[in-house]
Order: sequence, then structure tokens, then C-alpha cells
Amino acid sequence: MKLDLILIVSTKFLLPFILMFALYVQFHGDFGPGGGFQAGAMIAAMVFLYSITFGLAAAQKAVPPAIAIKMVPLGVLVFAGVGVYAMFKGGQFLNYSVLLDDGPSGQVIGILLVEIGVLITVAGTFISIFYTFAGRGR
Amino acid sequence: MVLLTLMAAITIGIVRIRNLFGVVVLSAIYSFLMATVMIVLDAVDVSMTEAAIGAGISTVLMLGALHLTKTFESDPIHSQIPALLIAIVTASFLVFGTIDLPPFGEAGNPVHINVANYYLENSIAQTKVPNVVTSVLASYRGFDTLGETAVVFTAGIGVLLLLRGRRKAKKDKDPERQNEA
Repeated sequence: MKLDLILIVSTKFLLPFILMFALYVQFHGDFGPGGGFQAGAMIAAMVFLYSITFGLAAAQKAVPPAIAIKMVPLGVLVFAGVGVYAMFKGGQFLNYSVLLDDGPSGQVIGILLVEIGVLITVAGTFISIFYTFAGRGR
Repeated sequence: MVLLTLMAAITIGIVRIRNLFGVVVLSAIYSFLMATVMIVLDAVDVSMTEAAIGAGISTVLMLGALHLTKTFESDPIHSQIPALLIAIVTASFLVFGTIDLPPFGEAGNPVHINVANYYLENSIAQTKVPNVVTSVLASYRGFDTLGETAVVFTAGIGVLLLLRGRRKAKKDKDPERQNEA
């Protein structure tokens, strides 16, 4: 248990920073490197770390498997939904310029929403695969 | 160069070691070296992906797999010579392919003279996004990225079905048996 103490404390210390960095990579993707895929992978890695330190049950309590598995199609739907919404607004599929009256600002919003879709799918996929994989051994 | 030498040394280590736990650890180190190489090449986003997925997620998944199997590699059943031949032929084709590549970082390379300039000149005016990589990925080539997301989705669903299929089938069978009884 004494070895566990170091692990638990350091994990607890690291987790918020990993999440913070993932969100930074996600929402700062317009200015710096990164985007939805990287942030999604980081969030998944954070759940992995939590799970190997505190156990699978604790991780599944924090991020329920049912939610993780729903995230997989949800992200694709968000992405495609932005495209379809652009069609309703009178533009082409995935042309974000029509999302707002001001074309470039519409692009910013569109890119942001689309990256969130990528994040949701990537994180959901990794977490669900990990849950089913880790749950097999029992 | 130092990094590439280290990577070659680790690859030889991965091939020689029979303890699979050591192999997993070595491949994580390999991923970290790969991430460092990507930073040297100024591709920070690729490097982040490699560090998170190659070194983090796949290592944990491999350890999970080790938990289910044995930790020592069993001796090969078949002769390894055909595999060696295939590897050598593939490697020589790849090396042959690199001969025709344009020199690294030269201004006249095909990557720099086609659409890249259009993106660089118009990205800020058209999308207000200073990071051209993001605007190209998410807006100019949005279709491509939507396809990539769909690929992740499809691959995830496929793996989940493979991993879960058997358990679901058992659950489905049990009520039937009870009905028969």
C-alpha cells in the first residue's frame, strides 16, 4: 500500500494538468499546434491513467461506459451535423462561411464545432475499447 | 542522427528480447523517441499524437493483452526464412522509393508550389484562423477530416463488436435455454 500512496498522490497531481493541457490543445488549436484528435487522445490517456491507478471500477464511475460508447457516433454526428446545418443555411455541405453573417467568423465557429466532434469520437472510441478490453480478464 | 541510432538499437532489442513485458516497455520508448524525432522535424501535433497514442494508450492496451496471455514469447513453429525474405524485399522497395523523393526542405518541391501558397495567402482572410494547419484540416479539407472521423468511428465499432460479440451471444443464448427448460 505504501508504493500505492506515491502513485495515487502523483496521479492525482497530474490528472488536472493533463485535462487542462488537452483542453488547451483543443481550444487553442486555432492558434497553436493540435486539434480534436490530439486532445481526444490525451483525454483518453487521462482516463487510462486514472484507471490503472485507482482501478477500473473507479474510472467507470467517473466516465460511465454507456456514455463513452455513445460518444463514438455522437462525434461523427456533430461533425456531419455542422455540414448539414450549413446546407440548411443555404451553403454547400461543410461550408462554414454561411454559419454566421460574417463569413470568416462562421469559419471559426465551424472549425471549433467540427474539432469538438472529432474530440468526442476519438476519446469515446479509445475509452470504450479500453473498458471492454480491461473488463475481459475477469 | 543520435535519435535514429537509438531507435535502430531499440528495434534490434525488440526483435531479440523474448520477454514480452520488456518488448512492451521498449516499444513505448521507441514511441517516445519517434515523438522526439517529430519535434525535431517541427511537427509538434504529430509528436503529441505519437506520445499520447503510441507511448501511452497502446502501451496500456498491450499490458492489458499481456495480462490475458503469457509473458514469454513461444518459439516459432514455422521456418522464419520466408518472412525474412518478404521483409528484405519490402524494405528494398521502400528504400528504392526514397531515391526518387525530392530533396528535403527545398523551395521548388511539389508540396510548396501547388495549393500550399493559396492556403498560406488566404487562410487568415477567409477563415480568421492563424494556424494554417487547422484551417486546412478542418475547413479546406473538411470532407477529408470528416472521412477520418468516420474511419475512427468504424474502426472503434468494429473492435468493440469483436471484443464484445462473444459475451453478448452468451447472454442471448441463456434466456432461450431457460425458455426451453
